[in-house]
Amino acid sequence: MRLTAKNWQGLALTAVLLGVAACLPLLTTAYWLTIGVTIALYTVLATSWALFSGPTHYISLATAAFFGVGTYTTGLGIEHLPYWVLPPLAGLIGAALAALVGLATLRLSGVYFVIFTLGLAEFIRQIITWGQTVSGTKGIYVLTSITEAHIYWQLLGLAGLVWLLGWLIGRSRLGFALRIIGDDEEVARHSGIHTARAKVLLFMVPGAFAAITGAVLAPRYVYIEPILAFTPMLSFQVVIMALLGGTGRLWGPVVGVIPFTFLWEGISASVPNQTTLLLGVAFLVIVYVLPRGFVGLIEDARARVNRAEGYA
Amino acid sequence: MDVIVTGLLLGGTYALIAMGLNLQYGMARIMNLANGEMLVAGAFAAFWLYGAGQVSPFLTVVLVAPLAFALNWAIYMVFLGPLVKRAKSRGQLEVDAILTTFGLSFVAVGIMLAVFGGDYFSYSYLSFPVALLGGTYGANRLAAFVAAVAICGALYLWLNRSRPGMSIRAIAVAPDSARLVGIDVGRLAALAFALGGAVTATGGALISTFLTLDASTGVLFTLKALVIVIMGGVGDVRGTVVAALMLGLLETFVASVIDPGLTLAAAYLLFVTILLFRPQGLFGRKTA
Repeated sequence: MRLTAKNWQGLALTAVLLGVAACLPLLTTAYWLTIGVTIALYTVLATSWALFSGPTHYISLATAAFFGVGTYTTGLGIEHLPYWVLPPLAGLIGAALAALVGLATLRLSGVYFVIFTLGLAEFIRQIITWGQTVSGTKGIYVLTSITEAHIYWQLLGLAGLVWLLGWLIGRSRLGFALRIIGDDEEVARHSGIHTARAKVLLFMVPGAFAAITGAVLAPRYVYIEPILAFTPMLSFQVVIMALLGGTGRLWGPVVGVIPFTFLWEGISASVPNQTTLLLGVAFLVIVYVLPRGFVGLIEDARARVNRAEGYA
Repeated sequence: MDVIVTGLLLGGTYALIAMGLNLQYGMARIMNLANGEMLVAGAFAAFWLYGAGQVSPFLTVVLVAPLAFALNWAIYMVFLGPLVKRAKSRGQLEVDAILTTFGLSFVAVGIMLAVFGGDYFSYSYLSFPVALLGGTYGANRLAAFVAAVAICGALYLWLNRSRPGMSIRAIAVAPDSARLVGIDVGRLAALAFALGGAVTATGGALISTFLTLDASTGVLFTLKALVIVIMGGVGDVRGTVVAALMLGLLETFVASVIDPGLTLAAAYLLFVTILLFRPQGLFGRKTA
């Protein structure tokens, strides 16, 4: 594969920015590190979400399900396996689960997929809760020596991995096929693209990454319960951040994650009961004001500047 | 026997709720994910009126239905109508409608949390036992079931026998051709949407007589209604009723035999089975 100068520039810039971000734990207070973890967490989730939902326009609400599965992988596995095995293992489980979900629903219209993924987290949560009632256990303790900074670095590494993977997919035949599917599925099918297989393959990416993220974050919770690991709010927040930023570009979701995280923190600190209202308003803003997200705004502005320069 | 009757009673009320969603999704072509919140709002109204003035929930319905109708009409006109006009394809409309109604549902939950607080609420109305077929059941469940059957029956007749009903079925089948025979598709879609909202809110008022609810339970009912609508076939009134009864039976069975915490999981499994084997619904015909 041949890389242009612009490609190298992009790669180098991303690496430098990640390097700068990696210095955060060395410089700041615990509060900012917590914010940093939150931002890195949602960056991984929202970017991998957008990899699938951007080109295909399927809205997945399964993030919480995969995340919870990852959390439980660490929770159940930590006593038997060394920690470093667990996130990759969670990734495999997440990808397998995503493949199953994809096989069941991705042949059908988008509405079925939304409902299916919306129910998935609740379904797994009820099963685990029931399993706990039957076996008489409550939550699980995850006691490790992993600190907030370690989690932060792992998440940054994951973010880098998501970007790299997204960039590679964009350049591959799969990425090309997905763009055609996104434009017109009928056309894609007629030109010999196996649409269902392409969608299932791609859906495994957010599944795996959300599960790995859950596995990485488990030590932070210390005590894991179903209601905590499978919180449905997570799925919605990820959707909003990704769409707010814009799914058309690889860097789009981050642009949504950062402001929304601060907004969310601000609202939960001042009026904690109104975060639901904030979510609702954010959805409406996305549909009516920012259908292409911040990315759309930025690109419109850039186009306007270019045009102005052209005429001058 | 106990399980069967309780399940059928519950299923009857579910049928009413799902009928509301079916009018909105099957007829007006809006996947309304804020449907459950309309239900909770109806339930709140019944709760509040009962608490304030001992008004019977069955009288509240007379007030709730027109209010919900007006509110849903307004929602359609303000939020969804513009989306229908803007959408270039059915898929685009679906994505926009899903995001918008999710937004509306969160806004509704937020407002209800602010107004009523996050507590569970329930009241006791008609909670004396009635003997029936060798078992005893709450009179409130029985009354809710009878009301639901009456409303479902009226809706079925209206859709199949009246002229506006026929027009609504026409826009459900072929919105483009309906325009050619002089049907005002936009107005009728709004009508179907508003009617669906009214039916759901009515279902909420009825269900509040025997179930305990809180401001954020709406989404569970949305999920159940969706499962029923898809299982019965989108736009199919008969299928909705059968599917609702099946779901009621299944939930009651699971709750009494295995564990009450698994009712949603059971509904979900049923949904998965339907998706895998009959994605067109129980009575639907296979389309391309």
